[in-house]
Amino acid sequence: MAIVMDADRVSRSLTRIAHEIVEHNRGVEDLALVGIRARGVPIAERLAASLHGLTGIVVPTGSLDITLYRDDLMRHAVGPQPVVRRTEIPFSIDDRLILLVDDVLYTGRTIRAALDALIDFGRPRAIQLIVLVDRGHRELPIRADYVGRNIPTSQQQSVQVRLVELDGRDEVEVEG
Amino acid sequence: MTTATSLHSRHLLGIEDLDRSQIDLILETALAMKEVGTRPIKKVPTLRGRTVVNLFFEPSTRTRMSFELAEKRLSADTLGMTTAGSSLSKGETLSDTARTIEAMAPDLIVVRHSSSGAPHQLARICRAGIINAGDGMHEHPTQALLDAFTIKERKGRLEGLRVAIIGDLEHSRVLRSNVFLLTRMGVSVVVCSPPTLRLPGLDRLGVDVTTSMDEAVSGADVVMMLRVQHERMRGLYLPSLREYFTLFGLTPERMRRAAPDAIVMHPGPMNRGVEIASEVADGPWSVILDQVANGVAVRMAVLYLLAGEEG
Repeated sequence: MAIVMDADRVSRSLTRIAHEIVEHNRGVEDLALVGIRARGVPIAERLAASLHGLTGIVVPTGSLDITLYRDDLMRHAVGPQPVVRRTEIPFSIDDRLILLVDDVLYTGRTIRAALDALIDFGRPRAIQLIVLVDRGHRELPIRADYVGRNIPTSQQQSVQVRLVELDGRDEVEVEG
Repeated sequence: MTTATSLHSRHLLGIEDLDRSQIDLILETALAMKEVGTRPIKKVPTLRGRTVVNLFFEPSTRTRMSFELAEKRLSADTLGMTTAGSSLSKGETLSDTARTIEAMAPDLIVVRHSSSGAPHQLARICRAGIINAGDGMHEHPTQALLDAFTIKERKGRLEGLRVAIIGDLEHSRVLRSNVFLLTRMGVSVVVCSPPTLRLPGLDRLGVDVTTSMDEAVSGADVVMMLRVQHERMRGLYLPSLREYFTLFGLTPERMRRAAPDAIVMHPGPMNRGVEIASEVADGPWSVILDQVANGVAVRMAVLYLLAGEEG
């Protein structure tokens, strides 16, 4: 039941990532942020606000629901389907650098699904991955380009990211 | 009430079996599915490797095409059978056809049949999930769902609206499914038909019944016209189609009695100059083509939700 990141730490991590984005890409002109639902979306919006503060440029921001691309979708013996939420990418991703944003990087399967989904929207110049927490245990050859914090975990544990926009407060907790 | 997370059934046989939260689940899922149709690549891999059989024992163009497109957009493998040229024209019974198809192990069967209850019979025989695409004079659940989706898209809500449904009530499965759905969602419904095409018992479902077109349209937020089904009649019900248009045809003059931002719907195919004037069908009120587009999204939602219920 340990809080591994509090609100200050979440905020500082995102600010640092925003600076890294500007530094690595020498500007933000052809960038776009795409947050993976649910918690990647507010993180992407906060990064967009930081990038605007740093550069004065509005970086287009969208949200992606990967449910229809999940590799475990039809594997449940019995049970309800995950609820499908809306994907909103109100700009062309062609030839842009897409910054894909999620809260936790774990097996990599969500990111695999997100990459498949993104490619259906066009042909980005490149895709980079931003995560607030990398907890290890990858099952696919996927890595993040920007990481808020690396948190070693066991597979029995679960990592809960809470964000003001959805949960009323900012914190990251490791449970179990 | 909160939205359900599951339909709790492998089949969609009728709206009558659904509660409000399940209807909300389908409509919300359809909203996400509609976005898929706006992408450059209008296809998601969700039902890859799944087989859907479309069994249309009755002529259908738009419903069959709509289901086929929905299945393809979800990457399902689809095969279709229509009555002409099939074993049905050679005298095979519905159960034997069903067992034959069942032996090919499809995951879902979409069925349209002229006999009420045919999908229910298939549901008893088959392991596959059954989707009713219209059975006799009973139900046409996906039509009612796409109608509700279209109303919600235009009006932002269902609850508290006034919907007038006008035309051949007796023969209409679209009417039945819509009445179940709309009353369940808190919509006030008025139905109107010539006395010969009435459907007894509707008042017991909490629906206002009238034979006056003007009264039905008055203050309506939505005017839903039903098709005059000549093929199910044989001249006993109506003196003439011209008289029908005079008394029950939807004209711009009649639309003036409706709410100022009222919309007009029609499940198609339309009989222009019989139940609806061209000026209305092509006019600013009409959302008839939205209904067609939304049909694909709603059917994708139903296919997706039912595919998870098998086991």
